[in-house]
Amino acid sequence: MSDALTTPARRALAPTKRPAGVLPVALEAVSYRADAATLLDQVSFRLRPGRLTTIMGPNGAGKTLCLRLIQGLLRPDDGQITYATAPISDAGRRRIATVFQRPVLLRRSVIGNLRHALRVYGIPRRDRPAMLAELLQLAGLSDVAHRSARVLSAGEQQRLSIVRALAAEPDLLLLDEPTANLDPYATRLIETLIGTAEARGATVVLVTHDVGQARRLADDVIFLNRGRVMEQAAASDFFDGPATDAAAAYLAGRLLL
Amino acid sequence: MGDAITEALHLIAFGDAALWEIVSLSLRVSLTAVALACMIGLPLGALLAIARFPGRGALVVGTNALMGLPPVLAGLLVYLLLSRAGPLGPLELLYTPTAMIIAQTVLVTPIVAALSRQVIEDLHQEYDEQLRSMGLRTGGAVMTLLYDARLSLLTVALAGFGRAAAEVGAVMMVGGNINHVTRVMTTTIALETSKGNLAMAVGLGLVLMLIALAVNGAVMALRPTKAVPRHV
Amino acid sequence: MRARKPTLVLALLLLILTALAGQTATAADRFIILQSTTSTENSGLYGYLLPLFRAKSGIEVRVVAVGTGQALRNARNGDGDVLIVHARAAEDAFVADGHGVTRHDLMANDFVIVGPADDPAGISGLTDTNSALRRLAGSAAPFVSRGDDSGTHKKERALWMAAGIAPAPDASWYREAGSGMGATLNIAIGMDAYTLVDRATWLSFGNRQDHRLLVEGDPALQNPYGVILVNPARHPGIRAVDGQTFIDWLLSPTGQAAIAAFRVNGKQLFFPARSQARAGE
Ligand SMILES: Nc1ncnc2c1ncn2[C@@H]1O[C@H](COP(=O)(O)OP(=O)(O)OP(=O)(O)O)[C@@H](O)[C@H]1O
Ligand SMILES: [Mg+2]
Repeated sequence: MSDALTTPARRALAPTKRPAGVLPVALEAVSYRADAATLLDQVSFRLRPGRLTTIMGPNGAGKTLCLRLIQGLLRPDDGQITYATAPISDAGRRRIATVFQRPVLLRRSVIGNLRHALRVYGIPRRDRPAMLAELLQLAGLSDVAHRSARVLSAGEQQRLSIVRALAAEPDLLLLDEPTANLDPYATRLIETLIGTAEARGATVVLVTHDVGQARRLADDVIFLNRGRVMEQAAASDFFDGPATDAAAAYLAGRLLL
Repeated sequence: MGDAITEALHLIAFGDAALWEIVSLSLRVSLTAVALACMIGLPLGALLAIARFPGRGALVVGTNALMGLPPVLAGLLVYLLLSRAGPLGPLELLYTPTAMIIAQTVLVTPIVAALSRQVIEDLHQEYDEQLRSMGLRTGGAVMTLLYDARLSLLTVALAGFGRAAAEVGAVMMVGGNINHVTRVMTTTIALETSKGNLAMAVGLGLVLMLIALAVNGAVMALRPTKAVPRHV
Repeated sequence: MRARKPTLVLALLLLILTALAGQTATAADRFIILQSTTSTENSGLYGYLLPLFRAKSGIEVRVVAVGTGQALRNARNGDGDVLIVHARAAEDAFVADGHGVTRHDLMANDFVIVGPADDPAGISGLTDTNSALRRLAGSAAPFVSRGDDSGTHKKERALWMAAGIAPAPDASWYREAGSGMGATLNIAIGMDAYTLVDRATWLSFGNRQDHRLLVEGDPALQNPYGVILVNPARHPGIRAVDGQTFIDWLLSPTGQAAIAAFRVNGKQLFFPARSQARAGE
């Protein structure tokens, strides 16, 4: 059902309209350690422009760590990440936007959060009012624009967080479980927003535990377990016949050992 | 106590020029000192909250400890600085309101720095990754943090004002409690106590508390009051 | 949020402006700083004398009232132009060390011993300080000392020594307040204790409660005040000319008469040095 609602629109608008900027992003043998523990071990994969990649894997697999590394919030201990073949730069970092697993909203109104983002992203002053109205409308938050962002419901916060990321007009949009805890309707709204982001030329990376959602949206799947890439495949291949026992167990809802 | 309240009411009702002079000097000195302390203490607090550099831990402990700086000691240090025998003697600032402002600034700056560091650090913990992901460098992050913490920081400034307005040791030492020149509320209270005019002293104390109440009330009136915060 | 930010900035600017404006207003006057004692200030003497002098000379005298010890220290640092204190030995040392130009006898008042109305030590009416102090030490009644190295404190120690008593600092009946005269009186009254106080402070003190003046009149209780011009050679910026004008006026017949004319509750508190000397001749 949701397939019918979101997928066609997304597919129709999927081709990118802009040069790819920071893409493709390549992780090459990236390791990340904290204290003695190796949290990410020799992780390699590529994010290709215009293809929606989902990262899947059990809790604690290292999915969020991957996103933080790609956003440039953390540095790999080993290996490297290249952005359109170059290392990360400040300009490059601004071409990437993250929607965190727990949205961090400023202690301001809904519109105050968006104004802040537009200013930080260097949107020309005269373009801001129109963008503000549009982003509010996209998020379905026009009616609560002046309410404190902190009192919004979880779904509303997620929507605000996503349109705030859209304000960056990013080349690469990293979404960390944007629909966890949301009801089906809110989930659909967010999936629509993801479609909109793609239509505007963003390449999306989506971390999700929702297998149905991954089936609906993904072009590529990266399956992580205990800090290692177990599988990297086209979505159809992955869901039809996972190559590893771990992925099969995960998809079947069994405990991974 | 009855005497004191009568005295206080009398002071307020028939507040003569002398009282007004003392009250306005108190406000002028303490508010200016707090403003200066905020100009120094807020950036310092923000720096300590956000930046990581060698010696930062020592500075944090230092500012925290300086919150307990005895006013008399602050007064003594500023006295030694401004005395004709001291390095800044030629400026002829001792026994002037400026000297009192300097002493209170010395007293209040650590409070503003230490409390604002805590406030900003807490908020920074929360905002850090989000702001960095938006490509904000330290400077921009500080502006965002200061703005979002403004209500808490206002309370910090009020704490500083309370300390400044209530202290007597520093202004007594560097102001000299000179009639019509450097006599403020607290030094007047000390003087009246030493003259044995206890009712008058307590009356003035009540006036001082009323002023503190008025200043706090005025500042709080700026804050949103609803249970659900409404941001503009 | 748009409306509030400029208001805050404006308020801050206003504050600083008013502070600066007030600053220039007070700095314009012609004035000298007088380092003196709390007892003279609290009696109201300066409130009476200084306007007279200002009307004559146009010079404002700003009084910093502290203990004699601190007044001497402040003056030594050059933080005062004229000094009026009561501790003869320390004053002479101040001049001998070159901190002051010369010392002049200015005026005198006297010390008295005050205590609780029921007078447990039984010293009321004595005119001989030595026997009064001996009786005090013999009884268990508490005595509060200034304990702050002020002129009064120095005088009190000299009196004990003259009476042949050395109160141990830890004696339970002998308490050191470490405070100014007024605070010490408040403590003595709170403790039902005896204390030594200059007559001027006692008479103008507002919180006497049931305490009484018990011993007075002994020549040993005389309390002479000296006036000294701080040595301008020691520190630049000392207003020696205006300071000397003030001293000259104080010592002139007009100044001395003004000191004699000062009354609290109809009582003369300070006796000018020069007219006294004349009266004695
Ligand atoms: N700074 C850190 N110090 C120590 N361990 C860390 C740190 N950050 C993450 N970890 C650990 O690394 C592992 C991977 O964390 P990560 O947040 O990437 O998991 P995840 O795959 O996103 O899990 P979830 O599905 O629960 O969100 C976890 O075991 C976590 O405890
Ligand atoms: Mg995670």
